[in-house]
Amino acid sequence: MDHKAKKLTKAASDSLPGFPFAAPTWPSTVARTPKRSKLGANYDTEWSRSYPVRMVRALFLDGVARPLIKALIPPTVHGVDRIKDAPIPVIFAANHSSHLDTPLLASHLPVRYRHKTVIGAGADYFFDRTWKAALWSGLAGAIPIERNRVNRKSAELAESLLKDGWSLIIFPEGGRTPDGFGQSFKAGIAQLAKKSGASVIPVYIKGTYDALGKNSKSFTPGPTSINFGFPLSLGAGEDVREFTQRIQSAVDQLSYELETDWWTARITETRHATPELRGPDTKGWRDEWSRTKSKATKVASSSKWPKAE
Amino acid sequence: MSPRPGFILEVDRSTPPALFWHGEGFRLEKLPIGSRVIYPPEPLEAIKDPIAAVADALENPVGDSQPLSSLLFPEMRLSIAFDDLSLPLPSMQSPDVRQLVIEQILDMAAAKGVDDVVLIAALALHRRMTESELRHILGDRIYDSFAKMGRLTQHDAEDPSNLIHLGLTDKGEDVEINKRAATSDLLVYVNVNLVSMDGGHKSVATGLASYKSLRHHHNVKTMVHSTSFMDPHNSQLHSSNWRMGRLIRDAGVKIFQVETTLNTNTFPESFSFLQKREWEWKLRDRAAFIAASTALEKSPPWLSRKVLHTIRSPYQLTGVTAGEVEAVHDMTIKNVYRQQLVEVHGQTDILTMGLPYIGPYNVNSIMNPILVYCLGLGYFFNMYKGKPLVRKGGVLILSHPTRREFDPTFHPSYIDFFDNVLSDTTDPIEIESKYENAFATDPWYIHLYRTGHAYHGVHPFYMWYWGAHALDHLGAVIVLGGDPKTVHRLGFLSATTMSDALEIAQSFVGPDPTLTHLHSPPLLMADVK
Repeated sequence: MDHKAKKLTKAASDSLPGFPFAAPTWPSTVARTPKRSKLGANYDTEWSRSYPVRMVRALFLDGVARPLIKALIPPTVHGVDRIKDAPIPVIFAANHSSHLDTPLLASHLPVRYRHKTVIGAGADYFFDRTWKAALWSGLAGAIPIERNRVNRKSAELAESLLKDGWSLIIFPEGGRTPDGFGQSFKAGIAQLAKKSGASVIPVYIKGTYDALGKNSKSFTPGPTSINFGFPLSLGAGEDVREFTQRIQSAVDQLSYELETDWWTARITETRHATPELRGPDTKGWRDEWSRTKSKATKVASSSKWPKAE
Repeated sequence: MSPRPGFILEVDRSTPPALFWHGEGFRLEKLPIGSRVIYPPEPLEAIKDPIAAVADALENPVGDSQPLSSLLFPEMRLSIAFDDLSLPLPSMQSPDVRQLVIEQILDMAAAKGVDDVVLIAALALHRRMTESELRHILGDRIYDSFAKMGRLTQHDAEDPSNLIHLGLTDKGEDVEINKRAATSDLLVYVNVNLVSMDGGHKSVATGLASYKSLRHHHNVKTMVHSTSFMDPHNSQLHSSNWRMGRLIRDAGVKIFQVETTLNTNTFPESFSFLQKREWEWKLRDRAAFIAASTALEKSPPWLSRKVLHTIRSPYQLTGVTAGEVEAVHDMTIKNVYRQQLVEVHGQTDILTMGLPYIGPYNVNSIMNPILVYCLGLGYFFNMYKGKPLVRKGGVLILSHPTRREFDPTFHPSYIDFFDNVLSDTTDPIEIESKYENAFATDPWYIHLYRTGHAYHGVHPFYMWYWGAHALDHLGAVIVLGGDPKTVHRLGFLSATTMSDALEIAQSFVGPDPTLTHLHSPPLLMADVK
């Protein structure tokens, strides 16, 4: 910049109104504290549990989501009799194969749970943008759950909601299956049940992977099934790891029950021979790798890079 | 998130201008590079359940005191004294902390069947409060129950029929206090400890004393040797009050002291920019500042004052302790320091500060030039522990319009003090020896004090003595943006701009001086090492 241009720039900046009309400059002698994000696990979902929003959500769930689900992926619901007397609140623990799992399960819960249930959703995926956070918490009643690391805030929120009488849908695998096989359950659900004293209802969802799996390019309508199991509680002397294992086994059994029949599944269970949803243990680190995809190093997507010659 | 402690900023090129109070307005001043700005700690977290905390304090007293409920019995004479409207500043949002405490004491007294209860506003030589002010402090329920029956009184330091002389201290100080309080079976004192000067034995020994008693510590000698009077352990003002307090105790006056401390949540949301560090001002803060400062600047002073005096502070309770006076006060002081103390290393050549529209003696009134002097040299200068913030022979720069304005109802003797005394001399010792007695015993001032809402005739003298230590310590005082004639009458120098003020200051402290700005509000106390 030549001398004349510099002079003009200086004159222009001098004529601009300074602080307080302009934002203050930051003293170089003061360290900046990183801004605390209001998204992710810090997103405040309180508003989505106000009565007017609940009313809108109920209308949406019963008037839009439920008919749409019935038309596109008609579900057969099993095991409702097992949970009709379960004390409220409860934690629904389901396998996770598709984005369709959430609307399918939320809209086909028995009525006594349906309109006072929140859904644990990945804080890094569903709450990373303001519009997404507002959409999911408003329409689905989602609350942010930190999947990739221990976060006291999301655990405390879930616990306080359970204590306030809200039931909770959680997908303890932490994300959708990439290949149709089940994934290991995380221990957070058992920890939550232990802290809140709520029972866990195992749920198996079938058919959504075929309709819209994680790597599907298109949506394929087709029938689905939901199978509710008996409520499970933390046993005396049972630790969190053992309880997690028991919940996972219960979901495996519900799956086998749909594949065969109730009696066969029961007999197989007594022989400890229920096949696991997880399939062959060959994936190892890829489970975690796949789950943490959102944390991959990002390069700004700009048409200027790489620069076209 | 826990509140941030106090902070000392070193000014650099990118530091935004610092906010100064300027009476009923504000100034933004760019300070020289290398200056220090002392920012107060953020308000402490409040006690979640103040009512339960008060109940707990009354039933679990400290020191050798018994629970309040066990000290009450049906035929007793119970007096409840309380601090007046000079605290806290600005007045707090309802319910005032005094109301919270006194209501619980009265509930307890009613349950015990105590009939003879009198409430006494501990005014010392302050003005009598108006009905609306009393209602604000005590709440309508207390006011309506006691005022009509003549059981809500305001201490009268000139009423010989209601004063009792309890004796002389070992230093020969008269101890004369309110008779009703002294002859009660129990005197409960309810205090608000805004700064570390308040409370302890000073509550009764000053708040309920007569002029005869007060003159032993409200004098030039005591004030010059109180370094500072905000640091009770180095304050002769406090030593004298403690001697008197112990004499009162030994004379058989049974005192149950209740002391409360508040956080520094001084201004409501609309003025929250006042409590933030300038570089952290958001768009909303800047907009609020521009709106407030423009409106206040364009309005006549009386209107700005009227608006500002309607502000009620959202102060919150941080501590309540009850029981024996000294044990209670030890805990109170710890609480005050926890909120206000900021460690500062080294003194400065020039100390700058902005003075607000309000001080302890002009609630709902005008900050006259003598009160400007007292607030700057008495209160703010003395907000230190250890050593003064400014070195001996240093310069104090105060920002205030300092108009020649007085409230003839509240401050009648101030007008004569300004016109007749200060035109003769500004030397505190000369003023004390030559004029104090005439003002203190003037029947017209005494009449206005006893029957109207006037400060006692001697009060402007005390204001002048309050600044005696600072006058003794400083090389010069410069008032930035003050009315030159009025400023000169106070014995100070005036400057229109900060650069002028700094140039004048350098003629006293030499070139390249160090500068420290005391950023207020809220209040802070410098612990100078």
